[in-house]
Amino acid sequence: MLKNLMGSVREYKTPSLLAPLCVILEVFLEVLIPYLMASLIDKGISVGDMDFVIKYGIILVAAAMASLFFGVLAGNFAASASAGFAKNLRKDMFYKVQNFSFYNIDRFSASSLVTRLTTDVTNVQNAYQMVIRIAVRAPIMLVSALLMASRISPRLTIVYLVIIPILGFALYYIMSHAHPIFKRVFKTYDKLNNVVQENLHGIRVVKSFVREDFEKKKFEDISGDIYNDFTRVEKLIAFNGPVMQFCVYLCMLLISWFGAHLIVAGDMTTGQLTSMFTYTMQILMSLMMLSMIFVLIVISRAGMERITEVLIEVPDIADPDAPLMEVPDGSIEFDHVLFSYAKNEKKSVLKDIHLSIHSGETIGIIGGTGSAKSTLVQLIPRLYDVTEGSVRVGGHDVREYDLQVLRDAVSMVLQKNVLFSGSIKDNLRWGNPNATDEEMQHACRLAQADEFIQTFPDKYDTHIEQGGSNVSGGQRQRLCIARALLKKPAILILDDSTSAVDTKTDAMIRDAFAKEIPDTTKLIIAQRISSVQNADRIIVLDNGAVSAFGTHEELLASNPIYQEVYYSQVKEGDQNE
Amino acid sequence: MSKESTKMPSMGRGRHAGGFGKGGRGKDPKGTMKRLLGYMWKDHKIQLFIVAAGILLSSVTGVIASLFLQTLIDDYIIPLMQQATPDYTALLQTLLKMACIYLAGVLGTLCYSRIMVRISQGVLKEIRDEMFSHMQELPIRYFDTHEAGDIMSRYTNDADTLRQMLGQSIGQVLTSAITIVSVIVAMLTTSLPLSAVVAVSVFFMLKVTGKVAGKSGEYFMKQQASLGAANGYIEEMINGQKVVKVFNYEERSKEAFDRLNEELCSNATNAHRFANILGPIMNNLGNLQYVIIAIVGGILASFGIAGITVGMIATFLQLSKSFTNPISQISQQLNSIVMALAGAERIFELMDEPVEQDQGYVKLVRAKYVDGELTECPERTGTWAWKHQHGDGSLTYTKMAGDVRFYDVDFGYNPDKIVLHNVSLYAKPGQKIAFVGATGAGKTTITNLINRFYDLDDGKIRYDDININKIRKSDLRRSLGMVLQDTNLFTGTIRENIRYGKLDATDAEVIEAAKIANAHDFIEMLPEGYDTVITGNGSELSQGQRQLLSIARAAISNPPVMILDEATSSIDTRTEAIVQKGMDQLMEGRTVFVIAHRLSTVRNADAIMVLEQGHIIERGTHAELIAQKGKYYQLYTGAFELE
Repeated sequence: MLKNLMGSVREYKTPSLLAPLCVILEVFLEVLIPYLMASLIDKGISVGDMDFVIKYGIILVAAAMASLFFGVLAGNFAASASAGFAKNLRKDMFYKVQNFSFYNIDRFSASSLVTRLTTDVTNVQNAYQMVIRIAVRAPIMLVSALLMASRISPRLTIVYLVIIPILGFALYYIMSHAHPIFKRVFKTYDKLNNVVQENLHGIRVVKSFVREDFEKKKFEDISGDIYNDFTRVEKLIAFNGPVMQFCVYLCMLLISWFGAHLIVAGDMTTGQLTSMFTYTMQILMSLMMLSMIFVLIVISRAGMERITEVLIEVPDIADPDAPLMEVPDGSIEFDHVLFSYAKNEKKSVLKDIHLSIHSGETIGIIGGTGSAKSTLVQLIPRLYDVTEGSVRVGGHDVREYDLQVLRDAVSMVLQKNVLFSGSIKDNLRWGNPNATDEEMQHACRLAQADEFIQTFPDKYDTHIEQGGSNVSGGQRQRLCIARALLKKPAILILDDSTSAVDTKTDAMIRDAFAKEIPDTTKLIIAQRISSVQNADRIIVLDNGAVSAFGTHEELLASNPIYQEVYYSQVKEGDQNE
Repeated sequence: MSKESTKMPSMGRGRHAGGFGKGGRGKDPKGTMKRLLGYMWKDHKIQLFIVAAGILLSSVTGVIASLFLQTLIDDYIIPLMQQATPDYTALLQTLLKMACIYLAGVLGTLCYSRIMVRISQGVLKEIRDEMFSHMQELPIRYFDTHEAGDIMSRYTNDADTLRQMLGQSIGQVLTSAITIVSVIVAMLTTSLPLSAVVAVSVFFMLKVTGKVAGKSGEYFMKQQASLGAANGYIEEMINGQKVVKVFNYEERSKEAFDRLNEELCSNATNAHRFANILGPIMNNLGNLQYVIIAIVGGILASFGIAGITVGMIATFLQLSKSFTNPISQISQQLNSIVMALAGAERIFELMDEPVEQDQGYVKLVRAKYVDGELTECPERTGTWAWKHQHGDGSLTYTKMAGDVRFYDVDFGYNPDKIVLHNVSLYAKPGQKIAFVGATGAGKTTITNLINRFYDLDDGKIRYDDININKIRKSDLRRSLGMVLQDTNLFTGTIRENIRYGKLDATDAEVIEAAKIANAHDFIEMLPEGYDTVITGNGSELSQGQRQLLSIARAAISNPPVMILDEATSSIDTRTEAIVQKGMDQLMEGRTVFVIAHRLSTVRNADAIMVLEQGHIIERGTHAELIAQKGKYYQLYTGAFELE
């Protein structure tokens, strides 16, 4: 896991190495300074030797300056190393996700990917900075302060050897008990945020069922869990400070007692005693820091794991070695296609699909919920790969094409379509970055979107909110169709893309298609029979298999499913008239 | 005590856009602070006194500990050195005395930090609960005008900064402040001239600190803003990742991402740079101060000015060191306090939003007929009545029947843009009323007025001949069942989701409702059946299946009036035909308002209203409207004849 993560350090390797190096130098100076201070008192101030005081004063100032210099450098390096590392992690993950296939995206789910790219990265960034600064600082400080202390008085150093294990054990005990609770709290937080999110989106449901109190109770229960766990864990952590103080004070008392004896015996000076006090702080402080880093790393571990999962995910669809760079025409063939979403699942979503569609044909697709209509068409631009058999576009297996070429030729309006924040023009340019204003307007006319766009004060420069929330559902769908048309595709797929458009406009869109883009193969998935009945041929899907494939008249004469749908929608109306 | 502030990982798992980027430094930090402290003060008066005492005890002990060195050297060690046979009993006694003081200090720390946990977590929980519970009371209009992500970030980002502040900053700032004050007192009593030296250097230190911390704060704000921008972009792109793939947009989205990411990196580097160097700067300024005190003190001592002794200098040196830590501590914590106040302000802003107004007093009660007279009763009877308390004190009961009438209703989401003009309509109990019209004609708006998601601008609506403004909103809504186009389910089992419509429903009732909605069969097919856990945005189920569940949810609540807003739009017509049977059963004996694009679903309505730009332009039964050959006729036939 670490190896994968560290791969993202790259150009920030130098600051990542320099930061701890500077920290080490800084620490050496920090440990040296109390020693110099002790000499200043003993040999200077105590005996009134001002020359010595000034001489050592200058050395001390120089040491402080050097320490400042390295400290500032270390801070700089650490900042740029950790921010840079975070940047690379985000970048690597984002780039990786761009290469994900639909299968990969489904596996992770969008919201979990967002968390990984945002919160998790921030946590890892903080942990990384902590590691390159303090994780180096603490042990070095501990060792060198101990060394200096033993230089002053080996016998007094024994005091530390007694206290350190006591403190170490206490800290270990606290942290190891806190850790599992911390982990649990994080999960509970997820739950809390989930409740808020669902309430934000479903507020109309909550209010219309008058479930405000029910939701409050739900929230307060989780909130209470957080309170209990957090109180428990922080109370435990609250022992850290007092335990630390206890050890410091204990050390000071012991050193005072034994130190007094040593000084009286002439084995130590008063200045050295002062330094011993400073070293006490340094030594115990480093232990404390170590224990906190330990917790931080353990806590960010979950984030690290989640990031690694993304980094090591292998996109399951990739370009072939010698890809075809041109799609000759818009013909489509399904050759005994079998498909299932989960790779090892036995249950197929599509069963033995065998179809041939000519270039320029208009094909309607109809079938019940779960009959795998969307799945069928998603195989054409290779959003998923077939499990068995093959899909051919323009006479070649889709797996032989360059992905970009294939997807430029096969334009698809997804069932769950989205617009992005930006102007209408920005959104249309998704279809073609170099589209002229005329081209955009033309596409919008075909999609029957021009009319309503013209009613906006800013026309094509109207700002679209994230997700297209400031236009109606029907308008959104028409913009999505216009966007897809701008690609000038050989094959156009509309996956239930006019469900929120009224029947009249829907008919006008299809009419425009027939007149303006006759050579484009058009696949139209729809619920309304009126949307498909004028297609050249219609596929009736039932439970992942083709039940029938033919013209409206043929199907109406022979296919019971089609008949049922047709009569439920149309015939009954005629009788009423 | 700690020089390096260790930051807890962020708890926010949701959207991170928004945050401080928008809020900035906050408009009224003083007022916000006061309000926050008010929360702490309200339920924790005694605890706060104990905390204050604990902090005082702990800090003073710290200062005593640094002062003890002088006493130790001057009063004990030096005299001992002059004794031929040193007698350690006095020293031992003092050390034991010190031990007691130290122990008190340790206990003080332990006491205040543990109580502080309870206070800060308690306040956090209270604010959190209050925020959520307030949010539940806000009018729909609030959710229309505020982005979900922006509201969400108050629960994640802003609550996070608050946790940081309440949990750490306040305690540390207090400890540091008390330490500084005690050190100043100790210094002044030890030696005035040396104190002056320290005063000068501390002044200098504060200046430097202020500058560095200010810079760091400035960049932290910038970092938050660019973090919001980058995270917002990430969220938008990843949520639309499938569209990105379909349009080969990968390279372009990488470009835009790189720009945001670079900017974030540069601001983050600067923010951390200044935060990081604060420690070394303070430390070494402290070291410089040490040397200056030593030299000045040494000179003063050697000339015997102001009665300065060696022990005094040693003490001073020790004291001056206890100065640097608290100062850098405070400056660091100030940053997070500023950020927390900005966060708190955003939280309070939500909590101060005016809640949904409800002047209704007519209640919905269970009722039964006793001697032909409708009376209130505690048991379930299937009959409900409006309990109307009149101004003169009299009480009347009206049977809830489901009669809804609009009288000249005008309405606009904004005052300057009227969406509904002069709408009048009636629905007698048991009638099915359909609304037909283009997107934006005002169909959904009408239904939103019935359940008072919004209030009218003009005209009135009467429900069973009672003005709906007089009915308690909760009772009004309880009498209306709703199935919306956006099926919002909640994380939990399928059973729980259906039961949402009637919390005390038995398992049999749940299954019954699922059968009505035709959801039973697919539920049975799931591996866990009714106990299958689904998530709110549920990728586990198809859109159609989710809609069936939301129909079942409405079915179980068994209301006299139903509103079906595009309830079957995601169900294919074949399935819909089957659902329709259940729906017919569900609609039996109820007043139903139905909105649908598919004209086939509205055909058998008792009355069809054709809406155009907020006006009802045609009304009548299917046959009447077809005969009328107006807009409806065009819509209905247009679909089949246009080509």
